[in-house]
Formats: sequence, C-alpha cells, structure tokens
Amino acid sequence: MNTNHHTLTYDESFEGFLTCIFYLFERKLERVDVVKKSLFHQNMFSTHLEVLTDRVQAERVCRGLKKRLPKNEYKRLYAAFLSEQTEVERLLVAYIRRLFTSKRSFAGDYADDTVLQLTQLARKVGREAHRMEAFVRFKLTKDGLYYANIEPDFDVLPLVGQHFKDRYADQRWLIYDLKRKYGIYYDLQSLEPVTLTFSNASSQSDVWFDESEQAFQTLWKDYFDSTNIKARKNRRLHLQHVPKRYWRYLSEKGGGM
Amino acid sequence: MALERIREKLTILADAAKYDVSCASSGSDRTNTGKGLGNAKQMGICHSYTEDGRCVSLLKILLTNFCIFDCAYCVTRKSNDIKRAAFQVKEVVELTINFYRRNYIEGLFLSSGIFKDPDYTMERLVAVARKLRTEENFHGYIHLKSIPGASDELMREAGLYADRLSVNIEIPTKEGLKRLAPDKDHKDFIKPMRKVKNEILQYQSEKKVIRKVPKYAPAGQSTQMIIGASGETDQQIMYTSQFFYEKFNMKRVYYSGYIPISNDNRLPALGTAVPMLRENRLYQTDWLLRFYGFGVTELLNADHPNLDIDIDPKLSWAIRNMQVFPIDVNHAEKELLARIPGIGMQSVHKIIAARRHRRLGWLHLKKLGIAMNRAQYFITCASKEFEKRDLTGEQVKRMILQTSQSKYRKFYNQQLQLFDA
Repeated sequence: MNTNHHTLTYDESFEGFLTCIFYLFERKLERVDVVKKSLFHQNMFSTHLEVLTDRVQAERVCRGLKKRLPKNEYKRLYAAFLSEQTEVERLLVAYIRRLFTSKRSFAGDYADDTVLQLTQLARKVGREAHRMEAFVRFKLTKDGLYYANIEPDFDVLPLVGQHFKDRYADQRWLIYDLKRKYGIYYDLQSLEPVTLTFSNASSQSDVWFDESEQAFQTLWKDYFDSTNIKARKNRRLHLQHVPKRYWRYLSEKGGGM
Repeated sequence: MALERIREKLTILADAAKYDVSCASSGSDRTNTGKGLGNAKQMGICHSYTEDGRCVSLLKILLTNFCIFDCAYCVTRKSNDIKRAAFQVKEVVELTINFYRRNYIEGLFLSSGIFKDPDYTMERLVAVARKLRTEENFHGYIHLKSIPGASDELMREAGLYADRLSVNIEIPTKEGLKRLAPDKDHKDFIKPMRKVKNEILQYQSEKKVIRKVPKYAPAGQSTQMIIGASGETDQQIMYTSQFFYEKFNMKRVYYSGYIPISNDNRLPALGTAVPMLRENRLYQTDWLLRFYGFGVTELLNADHPNLDIDIDPKLSWAIRNMQVFPIDVNHAEKELLARIPGIGMQSVHKIIAARRHRRLGWLHLKKLGIAMNRAQYFITCASKEFEKRDLTGEQVKRMILQTSQSKYRKFYNQQLQLFDA
C-alpha cells in the first residue's frame, strides 16, 4: 500500500486512461490524481509519473469493467470520458474503485454524487452526439464524396461513426471535427480516422463542390422557410432547440460551411 | 429554368403541408440491407427546427394542392383562390433521395389534396413510396396519408411500403364535421383506419409464427384534431382521442391549434390568437393517458369538462383528490409515484432505482431533479419535516402559483398585461 500522493499523466486517449487505471491498481496507489498530459502542472507534494499507453493492460481493464457492468452502463462511462471535463478522471477513478471493491451493483444509486455526476456528463455527451446525427450536413464534392464539417462541444465522433456507416452504406462520406482536427472517412467498406490539411483556398469555394450542390442547398432553405408557421412564432423555443453556435453549419440558418 | 420551377412547386406544396403537425420519424427500426440507402432510427431524429419551435425531421409536402373538396378550415379548399401546383412522382423521389443523402431529413411525409377521386390520389401516393423502396433501395422513413375513402387494396399496399399511415379527422365531433365539411362523411375517415389496423394485427400475428414476414406500417397510425375551430370542449376532444387509441390502436393523436385562414363565419375570424396554451394542456393530458396510467374520465368529466388553463392537468387532478396524499416516496409503488405533481416519469424511475441503496430525503430528491415547489405539498420522505398543515386543494394551488415561474403566466395572470407577439 503506497500512501504517497501520485499524479499520473496520460496521452488523453481512453486506452491511455485505462492504462493508468491498471497502473494504480497494480501498484495499490491510495492517493492518486489522473491528469491529461497537456493539463499537467508540476506539484512538489506529488510524485509525477507519465504512464505510457499499453494496449494489453488497457484491454484487461476494459474486460474487467465489461464483466461487472451491463453494456449500456459501460457505454455511459465511455461517453462521460468523452466529455473532456477536468473532473471526469477523478469521478471515473472513484466509480471504478467502488466497482471493483463492492459486492452489490450500484448503477442505480443516483443519490450518490459520483454516480449522479457521471450520469449527467454522459447524458450531456449523448445529447451532443444526437445533435450531431441531426445537424451534420453533407455537401457533395466534385469527386463524389459527401463531406461535412462539425465543431461539437464534446468529442462525439467515436459515438456517431457507426450510425452514419449503417445509414449511408452506399455513398463515400467524410465528417471532419474542425475543433479537434481529425475526422472519420467511409470508403464503402470500413471507417478510418483521418486528418486533413487545408490549403489556403477557402473551404466554402464552389470550386470543390458538385454543380447540383448549391441547387439542393437553395431548395432546402426554400423548404425550411415554407414549412414555418409565422402565427406560432416562438424564438425562445427555437433557440433552445438550435442554439446559435450550430448555425454556421446549417445552410437553412444562413450557414453552409 | 428547371430549378426555378421546382423551387416554386416546393414552396407552394410545403407551405400547404405545414398544417399537418405530425413530424415524428420515430417508431420504426427499419435496417439498411444489401448496401442500400438509409435506415430508420427507433427514436427518430430532428434535423432542424422551425422558428415556431417545431421539429423538422421529414420532407413534408403535398403531392398536389388541387382538391375537389371544400372544407372550411383548410387552406387548399376548392373555393380558395390560391396558386395550385403538382409534383411529378419522379420529382418527389429525386428531392427525397438528394435531401436524404445530405442528412437533411429522416425521410418523406407525403400528403395530397384529393384530385379526381380518392383512389386516383392514393394510387399516386403509393407509387412514390413504391418507387423509393423498390427502385431506389430506400430504407429511410416514409409517412403516407391515408386518403379518406381509399380502397382496401390500395391501403394494403400502402402499408407494405410506408412506416406510418395517418388520416386526420380534424374535427372532433360529427356535428362539427357536418357543419364545416358538408361534402365529407365521417365514415370515409374510419374506412382506411380500420383496414390498416386490421392489416397491422394480421402481420403481427403472422410474424409470431413465420420469421420472414415483411414489415407492415411498423410505426402504426396517427391522426390529428384541430383545436378551437368548432367550439368543442376539452372533454369532447380527449374522449375522442381515447376512442381512437382504444379502438384503432393509434400510436399518436396530434392536437393542432386552429390558425385562422379565412373570414368564413363558421370559424374564428382572421387575427384570432392561436390557442397555444390550450393545445399544450391537451398534450399534457394526452401524456397522462399514455404514460402515467390516468383514465380519461379521471381528468375530464361532466363536473370538469375543460382543463385548467393556469395549472397542468396532473396538479389539477391532485388538488381535486387531496385524500390520496401525502405519498411516501420511499415506499409507494410506481403508479402512485407517477401521480405526484412535480415528479415526471424519469424521476419516478430514478427514485425507484435510488431508494434501493438508501432512504431518500429532501436533499436527495432535490438533486434528482424533482420540482420541489410543487411536490413538497404531496409527499413525505426520510425526514421529520413535511407539510403538516391540513391544506385544501385550492390553498395549495394558490401557494404554488405564487411561487412558480410559468412561461405562460401572462396568459392567465389576473393583472392587466400586454400580450407579447
């Protein structure tokens, strides 16, 4: 039992985080903080250890978790992790410690702070993922690729890839997260993560897109305007559903990036 | 130019379709097969929202707004002097597929004015759905209108391609229908509803025995009633809803506040406010029937034929039935917990899950997200503090209204208020 305080840093990936979990259980560390490498500040009261991501160890933790949790509960932990909030590592460590030591299942213990906060984070991420499934707007490029930009609040690309693969099984598509600078690409067979470098030419230039693209964006805006009932105008409700930060990517709201 | 012509048709025929408020794309879990295009998500996806706050998840259009009928409440009635247009089948298919590929929509909602006769119109609708499914290999959501009076054979075929079928009765009472749409017979609405209901039942029972039975209208049927056009009471509306839920296995009934579109003296005049608050209360009542286990006669009856405007129907029921309360949240069964004002179904499930681990007190309940300003008068929990005064329903209502922040306050506040737009 090691009672010194340790700070473990990792490479911000979920596998890296699980490796940290493996490490703290293996070394029986009592007082631990797990922190993303980029957010780490040297602290003289704590021993710093940089944990290198180990696939095998991460797999073991993953299997251990899946054995003790129903499938949707495991997914919820993963979703909470994707929220990128600074407190999420502390919450997950507390939750996982309790999971491996307690006899009874406590997934429904909503009166417990850790469970409640993780549930709330997971719900926020889930809602953002659902919004991305709704707000992704593809544009057809000249070489037959359907391309879309997004800037989600949380890292939801890992959660939405399967949905788009199932739905658009017969068209090549690419969704790019401009904030996090990576995307996923579907080539009619499988999903691949990709990074892109943008040339100086504006990404809004019509040069890249198929000649029918502008026509369909116009028709979509026509449809959107016609389907509105002015006598029931409710700006507050409208903004609640479509916050302004999403308007840049919705051609019907004047965006179209 | 071809684009200009399509734009004009789309604008006219989408504008005419907007009064059909059904927008759901949920209820069907149709999967993509053989590298086709699309799938349908069980919970539905709202791809955008209009400025009136409603979701846009389908391409909702009329195939044509020519119509042989003259229903007083309808913008496409025969006697109305408006621009008429019609889509070709292939134009609708092309729009649907291209919007779908760009993730603008979940699918198509196709209605129509009645051109020539019901069967002629229904046949064109079915042709669009057939083309999408068989030629374009489309697995997204399709919602077709059942044209009143359409033949059984056409309705049978429609259900094989569509996820949902609906026919809007619009006017809740027979007398109202006779007054506002004299050339329509209420039996015409029932005919396709009954056929679809029976087909659904038959396919469902066959599926129990044979695995490879095709899907038939997996998202069921729905209908719509206009609120405030025919002078009906809330009781008449909700009893009609209950009838359709029970006798036709309706999945949803929609309530649409009447938007004045003419100066016909049978209807509210142009400029009359849309009854949005009443519509909201009706939806709340509808939810109580479907998800909270209430019976329609408990909420509306001869003593109480209209819903309260200033409080929600569950609170209204509670203050008329104070003998049921207070309820102990740590021991009551699910059905009773659902009846507590300020506690929604999600909170009910959370309470039941959380109380297995510890007895819940006020602080726990507050953290779970219960509306304390209402629930506090109706519950006890793991605490010596609770509402001990013997309050009447009216007293509780007054206290709640004083402390609440309803967004509808301006509609029922006794003091003079200027209405916002």
